[in-house]
Amino acid sequence: MAAPLSVEVEFGGGAELLFDGVKKHQVTLPGQEEPWDIRNLLVWITKNLLKERPELFIQGDSVRPGILVLINDADWELLGELDYQLQDQDSVLFISTLHGG
Amino acid sequence: MHSCPGLFHAGVLSRELLKGSDAAIRNPHVTRLLCPLPQCPPCTSCHAARAALRRPRSGQALCGACFCSAFEAKVLHTVLAGRLLPPGGVVAVGASGGKDSTVLAHVLRALVPRLGISLQLVAVDEGIGGYRDAALAAVRRQAARWELPLTILACEDLFRGLTDAVARRTAGSDRSRYCCTFCGELQAARRAGATNIAISHNADDMAETRLMNFLRGDAGRLARGGGLGSPGEGGALPRCRPLQFASQKEVVLYAHFRRLDYFSEECVYAPEAFRGHARDLLKRLEAARPSAVLDLVHSAERLALAASARPPRPGACSRCGALASRALCQACALLDGLNRGRPRLAIGKGRRGLDKQATPGTPGDPAQTKTIR
Repeated sequence: MAAPLSVEVEFGGGAELLFDGVKKHQVTLPGQEEPWDIRNLLVWITKNLLKERPELFIQGDSVRPGILVLINDADWELLGELDYQLQDQDSVLFISTLHGG
Repeated sequence: MHSCPGLFHAGVLSRELLKGSDAAIRNPHVTRLLCPLPQCPPCTSCHAARAALRRPRSGQALCGACFCSAFEAKVLHTVLAGRLLPPGGVVAVGASGGKDSTVLAHVLRALVPRLGISLQLVAVDEGIGGYRDAALAAVRRQAARWELPLTILACEDLFRGLTDAVARRTAGSDRSRYCCTFCGELQAARRAGATNIAISHNADDMAETRLMNFLRGDAGRLARGGGLGSPGEGGALPRCRPLQFASQKEVVLYAHFRRLDYFSEECVYAPEAFRGHARDLLKRLEAARPSAVLDLVHSAERLALAASARPPRPGACSRCGALASRALCQACALLDGLNRGRPRLAIGKGRRGLDKQATPGTPGDPAQTKTIR
């Protein structure tokens, strides 16, 4: 049983364009049976925050290749990727690498 | 290769193994047990801060600050080992406002004392509506913040709305294929007062380009595209790509940890460009084999074509003096085609029909190109 969590979800590198151009979102995730992990968070984001073109953000149950995920300023690869269990006050940043430079 | 233990929570790990999940078996972290709680290992460089990432090839765990130092050291090594930027050189960084050129300018600026060069920014306004205005605003902010001279080559009088015009005049599904050819050629316009040009292509860009060249059977580009630096030939300036061995992910992470301001919207023509297919293929390959992109770049460096396949050495465009493998450079040829009402004249097989040169005083005459600051 997971208690409600308050997390900050941020988008950058162009990914914010899929979310009405809003970069920072202060989010309260409701209490639920399963613990909140990144996998569940992605489902929640797709349902509640994503405004357009989900195929540019999500692929299967993970993010589209080319989108970096930083949890508390650390690469999610170090933290278990989709299986990382969210803590209260965590900050999750999604940065798109897919635009020209 | 990976010195630190994997970081799955024990409960998650056993759940995955019980399910017989392919993902768990393939994931390299699974084979190295195990911290009881998910947490980041300490930085293997400073041992003080916690690690923020692993470097893609070595797997070394580094904190943000140490990663940035390592990234800069790598670029310095690339430049010195390849002798890309001679001391005393005036280096023009092709600046688009995007993540790669922002990072390149920032890193080179940090390395100026070590390299003994002076730096300036150069940007090209090809006239792509909406997209280029915001990008150039980012370049102007960077030039002001870093106190670097900025030259913007405004091709508007010659090429007013030209890339959009190409898009409008070429019909149907072919239109999108040609827009990027045109855009790329305009990027090769003259620079003011520089001895060298630094281009911000990263390893992913290089790998995509090499793949595209193979897929198109473009022996000329395959032969010329290898090599970190292109020497100046036919009056063109020597060009180099100091970020050639930096993966796109590392470029983005560097920009993040250094809090760099850059512009990140997709060019309106990008979704339809051929490069997207190469990129998708590379992303899938990278998922199966993480070093695929960097390996492709390194093997391309070692590529040598058979003597019979090598193209002739390029010379200079007879009209504007830019580097060209034919009598006219691609920009002048494209412009010629548009003015003759044959927009596809200089694109792909259309080049075979190009046999006349425009007279001086007509559009395409370099004397009419204006520079604004």
